[in-house]
Amino acid sequence: MKTMYPDEKGRYGNFGGKFVPETLMYALEELEEALDEAVQDQAFVDEYHQTLREYAGRPTALTYAERITHYLGGASVYLKREDLLHTGAHKLNNAIGQALLARRMGKKKIVAETGAGQHGVATATVCAAMGLECKVFMGEEDTRRQELNVFRMELLGAEVVPVHSGSKTLKDATNDAIRYWVANVEDTFYLIGSVVGPHPYPRMVRDFQRVIGDETREQTVQKTGSLPDAVFACVGGGSNAIGMFHPFLNDDVKLYGAEAAGEGMHTDNHAATINKGTKGVIHGSLTYLIQDENGQIIEPYSISAGLDYPGIGPEHAHLAESGRVTYEGVTDKEALDALTLLTKKEGILPAVESAHALHLAFQEAEKMSKEQTIVICLSGRGDKDVHSIKKFMEKEEQ
Amino acid sequence: MEGTMVQKAAEQAEYPLFIPFIMAGDPDPETTIDLALKLEEAGAHILELGIPYSDPLADGPLLQRSASRALQNEMSLRRAVELIPFMRQRGLTIPVIAFTYYNPVLQMGEKYFFDQLKENGGDGVLIPDLPYEESRDIHNMAAARGLVNITLVAPTSGGRIEKLAGEAEGFLYCVSSLGVTGTRDSFPPEAYSFIEKVKKNSSVPVAAGFGISTPAQVKSLDGVCDGVIVGSAIMKKVEENLERFKNPEEKSNALDAVKSFVSSLISS
Ligand SMILES: Cc1ncc(COP(=O)(O)O)c(C=O)c1O
Repeated sequence: MKTMYPDEKGRYGNFGGKFVPETLMYALEELEEALDEAVQDQAFVDEYHQTLREYAGRPTALTYAERITHYLGGASVYLKREDLLHTGAHKLNNAIGQALLARRMGKKKIVAETGAGQHGVATATVCAAMGLECKVFMGEEDTRRQELNVFRMELLGAEVVPVHSGSKTLKDATNDAIRYWVANVEDTFYLIGSVVGPHPYPRMVRDFQRVIGDETREQTVQKTGSLPDAVFACVGGGSNAIGMFHPFLNDDVKLYGAEAAGEGMHTDNHAATINKGTKGVIHGSLTYLIQDENGQIIEPYSISAGLDYPGIGPEHAHLAESGRVTYEGVTDKEALDALTLLTKKEGILPAVESAHALHLAFQEAEKMSKEQTIVICLSGRGDKDVHSIKKFMEKEEQ
Repeated sequence: MEGTMVQKAAEQAEYPLFIPFIMAGDPDPETTIDLALKLEEAGAHILELGIPYSDPLADGPLLQRSASRALQNEMSLRRAVELIPFMRQRGLTIPVIAFTYYNPVLQMGEKYFFDQLKENGGDGVLIPDLPYEESRDIHNMAAARGLVNITLVAPTSGGRIEKLAGEAEGFLYCVSSLGVTGTRDSFPPEAYSFIEKVKKNSSVPVAAGFGISTPAQVKSLDGVCDGVIVGSAIMKKVEENLERFKNPEEKSNALDAVKSFVSSLISS
C-alpha cells in the first residue's frame, strides 16, 4: 500500500494536520504508531481481509445495470454494490479495520459518532462481534430522524447518547464524541466514521475503505477488459468516495464526487462543502468547511443525514484543489429522481446518500459513448430512508 | 529582547498568580468590560478573554452555554479584540490574553489578527486546538509583535513535557485533569505529582487550570504550582446572575457577586 501522502505531519497538500487539544496528542501518536505497526504485520492484514470475507460478505458484487444503460443510451453503467455488505453500507469496512486495531491496542471501550446511524450501526455491530464496549454519540435531531437505527444500535448492545449541544446533528455528535474521548483517552478508542478528523484518521479510514476501489478495479477489468472511463461516488465526509477513488488516482480514469446541494447551490440550505465552503479547521483537520465570515461553523442541510456534514475529508480538499477529482452539487430532488429511476429499472433501492452519485453519473453517462464504461459506488441500501423518501414525495405532490 | 507584558506580570506578581477567564459577550459586551475591571480590582494578575465559538471542542456544557449566549449577542473574535481598548480606557492595566479556537483566527487572517490584537492593547493568545507541532507560525507571529503564545501541557503529554515546557513563554498552562473545561469537585491525586513534574521542567511560572472552582482547591495547589486559572466557575456565577445583570438596578450587585467569589478564591 504505497501512497505519496499524507506527509509526516498528516498534510495532503495544503490540507489535513492535527488541530486538537494537547490532551489528545499522545493518543494520536499512539494510534499512528500502532497503525503503522499493524499494517506491517501480515497476521493483522490477513485477519482484516478474512473478517471482510467471512463476516461482512466481501467481495461485494459489481452489477451491470442493463436496463438503466439502455434507458440512458450512453456509457455502460456498473454498480459497486456496497449496499450488499453486512449492515447495508460501506461503513462496516472501516469499522472492522478500526475495531481490530483497537483490540490489538488492548482498548476495550469504543466511542463513535453517527449522523444517519449507519456508522453507529456498523460500529455497534463489530463491537458486538468482538465483545467490545460501545458508546455512540448521536445528535438529538438525528435520533428522531433515524429512530430505527437508534433501536438497532441498542439491540446490538451499544449505548446511544443523544447530543443536545449546538445544532444537535452530526457535527455536534462528533464534538461530543471527541470531548468524551479527551476525558477517557487512556482506555478508550475513538472509532471515527469517515475520512475526517486529525491525522492519522483520514489516512487510516481511507486505507480501510480502499478495498472498495481495489475490488472495483479488478472486477471491471474482468468484466469489460479495461479500466472504467469514469467513476462516481457521493461525498459526505468522503470515505466511500476516497476508498473508491484511491486505486484509480494514477490512471486515466475520470473521478466525480457528488456533494449534497440540498435545496440548491444558490440557497443557504445545502451541504456542498467543496463548492461553497472556505478553508478552515473542523474536528481537528484543516480543510474546506461551511462557515460564516467570523469563522463560526454553519449547520449544513441535506435530505440525507449521511451527507449533512459541514466539513470534508482533507484529502478531498486536496484532490479538489489539484483538479484531479471533479466535485459537483446534487439537489435533494435530483437525488430522489435518480433513486426512483434506479429502483424502478433495476429493483435496487439505494440509500439517499448514494442516490446523489447516481444523479451525477446518469447525467454524464448520457453524454458518453456506448463503448465507454462507468462505475458508481452504491454506498448503501435505502431501507433506512423509506420514511423520509415518502415524506419528501408527499411534500412534492402538494 | 525585552520581556513581554505577560512575562513581566507573571514574574513580578506575588504568587500565587490568579488568572481568570471570562467569555467575551456573556452576558453582554458592556458587562464583559465591567467584569474585566472587577477582576483586576479583586487582584487578578492576567486576564484570559474568551472568544465564543460555535464548536468549542475543549469546553464542557457550562462554557458551551456561555459561548452560545455570547454568539447570540453577535460577539466575534474581531469584536472581542475591539473591547480591549475600552477596558484600557477605564483603567485596566493587567495583560489580556485572547483565548480563542483556531478557526476564527484563520478566518480573520493570522497576521491581521495579531496586528489588531497588538494595536488594541492585547498581550497574547491561547489557542487550545493548536498543538505545538502546528503552532510554529503562530508562535513566530506573536513573538514578532512582542506578544506571547501560551503553551498548554496535559497529564497525557508524557515525553512531550520537556519540549512544551522549554517553549513556554509568559506562563505555562498546566491542564490539571483530563477532559473538557468545567467545574470539578476534586482533582485526581496524580494531578499534584504531574504538576510538580511540569514545574521541574519549566523556566516560566506554571499555572494550573481546568476544573478549579473552590477556595479549598486553590489552597490545595498552594506551593504546588505558581498560579491558578479559573474559568467555568466564574462564568457559572455569571450564569447564576443572568437576570440581575439584565436589570440596571441590580447589575452592580451582580458584578459584586462575581467579584466577591473571585476574592474568596484569591485570598484562600
Ligand atoms: C450509505 C451512505 N453513503 C455515504 C455516506 C457518507 O459518508 P462518506 O462520505 O464518509 O462515505 C453515508 C454516511 O452515513 C452513508 O450512510
